Amino acid sequence: MKVSISVQEADFDPGQEIASLSDGRRGVGAVAAFVGLVRDINEGDDVQAMTLEHYPGMTERALQDIVAQAHVRWECTAIRVVHRVGRLEPCDRIVFVGVASAHRGDAFSACEFIMDYLKTRAPFWKCEQTPEGARWVEARESDDEAASRWEDVELRR
Amino acid sequence: MTIKILYFAALRDALGRSEESMTLPAGVTTVGELRAFLADRGEVWSVLETNRNVRAARNQRMVSAGEPLAPGDEVAFFPPVTGG
Repeated sequence: MKVSISVQEADFDPGQEIASLSDGRRGVGAVAAFVGLVRDINEGDDVQAMTLEHYPGMTERALQDIVAQAHVRWECTAIRVVHRVGRLEPCDRIVFVGVASAHRGDAFSACEFIMDYLKTRAPFWKCEQTPEGARWVEARESDDEAASRWEDVELRR
Repeated sequence: MTIKILYFAALRDALGRSEESMTLPAGVTTVGELRAFLADRGEVWSVLETNRNVRAARNQRMVSAGEPLAPGDEVAFFPPVTGG
């Protein structure tokens, strides 16, 4: 399986990322992709910008681990994860997860699994700028619930 | 034994410190014991005791309180993650 992970300040091109997932791989029948964006409202307040902090070193390691777990559960040909850090504004892209596979079921599930695990296990933190000042985003219980539902998924091998 | 400790995000802001190097006193041999030892500094540090949501990593892997410490370790404390 081909794995590529980037943690970067720069923006990314989703079309290019999707194209490179299947490029030259004749066995790929499906590519599922997710793009996360900065919203302008959170918890009822205007968000003017946000700063994404991370734990260099551990971040890459955690993402590698999550991708490896996805590959144990589903047949994947290629996986690409891009996560931005630094200052971002509403409408900016934050994260890209793309999975290429022979069949759509594996691609859809692996893509959703990686996002759910990333949200609860990869060391990123969002600090929002609102008219009332800066505030750290609190973790959501619904994210933990989303991640825990995969625990029942039978391992492929 | 000497280790490096890192603090991130809201926890770093609350503690007013992003990292430190520390020679551990006898009796501090696990991540949980380190956490209790730091909390005993009092004032802002007590958050390590009172806020059970604070997570810990040893050498860049998430661990629980019973994780043993070794010389040269990098230990990090941080709030629940909010990326994606």
